[in-house]
Amino acid sequence: MSATPVWKKFMRIDVALLILACLLALVNRRLGLEMVDPMRGVMVFAILALGLNIVTGFTGLLHLGMAAFMAIGAYAFAISSCDIYPFQLGFWWGILFTAIVGAFAGVLLGAPTLGLRGDYLAIVTLGFGEITQDVLKNMDVITKGTQGINPLPAPYVPWWSDGGLIIFEFASDQELPWYWLFLGFVVVAVVVCRNLERSRTGRSWLAVREDQLAAQCMGMAPVPVKMIAFATGAALAAVAGGLWASMYSSTGEPGNYDFQISILALCIVIVGGMGSINGVLVGSIAMIGIANIALPKIAGAMQNAGWIVSGSVFGSPNNWKYLVFGLVLVLMMRFRPDGLLPAKLSLVSAKKKNQVESTP
Amino acid sequence: MNLATQGFLGEYFLGMTMAQATLVENVAMGWGHVLSQQLITGVSNGMIIALIAIGYTMVYGIIELINFAHGDLCTLGSFLALTLVGALGMEAWAGLGGTAAVVTLLISAALFCAVLNWSIDRVAYRPLRGKPKLALLVSAIGCSFILINIALFWGGLPMEVFGGGKAAAAPKDFPSLISNENLLGAHSAITVTWRDLFVVMVTIPLMIGLTWLVKSTRLGKAMRAVAQNPTAAALMGIDVNRVIGSTFLIGGALGGFASVIYALYNNTISFQMGYRTGMDAFTAAVLGGIGSLPGAVVGGIVIGLVRALSDGYIEARWTNSVVFAILILTLVFRPSGILGAKLREKV
Repeated sequence: MSATPVWKKFMRIDVALLILACLLALVNRRLGLEMVDPMRGVMVFAILALGLNIVTGFTGLLHLGMAAFMAIGAYAFAISSCDIYPFQLGFWWGILFTAIVGAFAGVLLGAPTLGLRGDYLAIVTLGFGEITQDVLKNMDVITKGTQGINPLPAPYVPWWSDGGLIIFEFASDQELPWYWLFLGFVVVAVVVCRNLERSRTGRSWLAVREDQLAAQCMGMAPVPVKMIAFATGAALAAVAGGLWASMYSSTGEPGNYDFQISILALCIVIVGGMGSINGVLVGSIAMIGIANIALPKIAGAMQNAGWIVSGSVFGSPNNWKYLVFGLVLVLMMRFRPDGLLPAKLSLVSAKKKNQVESTP
Repeated sequence: MNLATQGFLGEYFLGMTMAQATLVENVAMGWGHVLSQQLITGVSNGMIIALIAIGYTMVYGIIELINFAHGDLCTLGSFLALTLVGALGMEAWAGLGGTAAVVTLLISAALFCAVLNWSIDRVAYRPLRGKPKLALLVSAIGCSFILINIALFWGGLPMEVFGGGKAAAAPKDFPSLISNENLLGAHSAITVTWRDLFVVMVTIPLMIGLTWLVKSTRLGKAMRAVAQNPTAAALMGIDVNRVIGSTFLIGGALGGFASVIYALYNNTISFQMGYRTGMDAFTAAVLGGIGSLPGAVVGGIVIGLVRALSDGYIEARWTNSVVFAILILTLVFRPSGILGAKLREKV
């Protein structure tokens, strides 16, 4: 086996995507691409999907309530940092607090339920997502009900301005600082996920996914292992929620964090390839690209061409989202269950060997 | 008086005379009457939930799939019914014509849903047999989303009953083809309408028919065999795919009946209703013991009652959470349900 040349180590999809993202920021205004704004959404959802990837991809637990953790994150961030509450931690401490609350919520959901079998666990997470929305909506004394909490503080960083070091606070109309900040968060999340995957914890996740019985025989306790996965995934989702809320300076109404968001995250992971970090990155570009960039463009073009009337059902790009997500799920499961960039050890193909599972 | 006026709307429309009268009447009626009224509403809604729950439980019993798309299948059934009402001008059919209209709707929606359910199985689920169960579940969620979107587009039809193509996402009014008149007399404290009777008169024969089909026919025997052990059933010469297909046909037909009954009873349908109704029905199936037909019926009625009581005594805005809490608690503490046999995890 020959040693890998140094340059080959950098021929990686994630590095390539990072370089592309940096280039995009530099050429965006010059070429009039208007891609920076939608890319921020891509990056927030990439963080959310990285969280789901830990739960569903690495540990093999189908999770249908990721949006709930995003909502919990958004509201935790809002309550810890908004002026109308006594805490006012500011952006960075607020995000840290958000991650902790997210992890705690993950443990809270996981503790009683992680012993359940796969499909039941999926339904429980779905129910948790619905209850979270209802609670946020109905506890209006704290959460302001459907109005959402606002305004929220913007991030601040020390910056070298002419004359000296200043504290630079982001304004909501400046797109680029947010872009770089979110890119930084994605890079950190990817590095964390990669290291976790190779760690003792990560290997036990894969072990539990591949064969829980064998893992148990090796002395692993599956419930704590799954619990760590749940907590980590929830923390990442909560951070995504906090960033999202901070960007809009509002949590928005609780109904925004609905089942469709959870399924969008699931689509990202499935399109990319369950358990593949590069896959999640590509998947989020593909899915959010379709949902938030391509669909509006197509709808606009079709209206200009006179194929659809602007007021009709077909005119609004939002009305196509369910169809797109649904088709993605059905077609991927049918024709490419391992995703576009399959992980080396994938959930579906590994289970294929275990035909015992499906027969009694 | 239906579910809505008692709980949610009753509180918010205090200023309106009708609701005020209802409220005063409620107080005058005393808690005993209010309770019995809620029980009646609860049982009627519970019967509808039970019919849908049977669709979940049958499919789960035979291929261990939570058929996510089942609730949305029922949505499409209601949309078909509303389309027929508009196209055939059924609102004008009087007397015996009214009965004919209801029967037409029931039969066409049942046929439609049965065929659609069978096709979904053929296209989306059958190629995944033998793959891991989670792949099947993901595919079912995908089908559910596709059906929701079809219902959304369907709601934009340029027909009078659909609001003339405006606001496709808005809830649609379903004309009341069945009289809402109180059978106990206009001044009776408790209201029992033709609708309540209609629900019971349709669902009970359907359930008896289904029990007969599963217990006493060749097909039913084959279904039970496949549910117990598909490999052994196949070795005994049973065409497993055909039996599973028939299960989807039957479950779909019951869902179709339920969709029309739901629309006639509640008088409003929307493209997203399948998600909520579906979750109610799934909760009912789990509560009763998934895979068990009597369990689905019992569970459905229990969930119907819980919804009515929660609307009346807690608050309508918490009702969905109450149902989901029941679902989670059942799954965590008694996954085999009330009537289910002790389940053994198949390894």
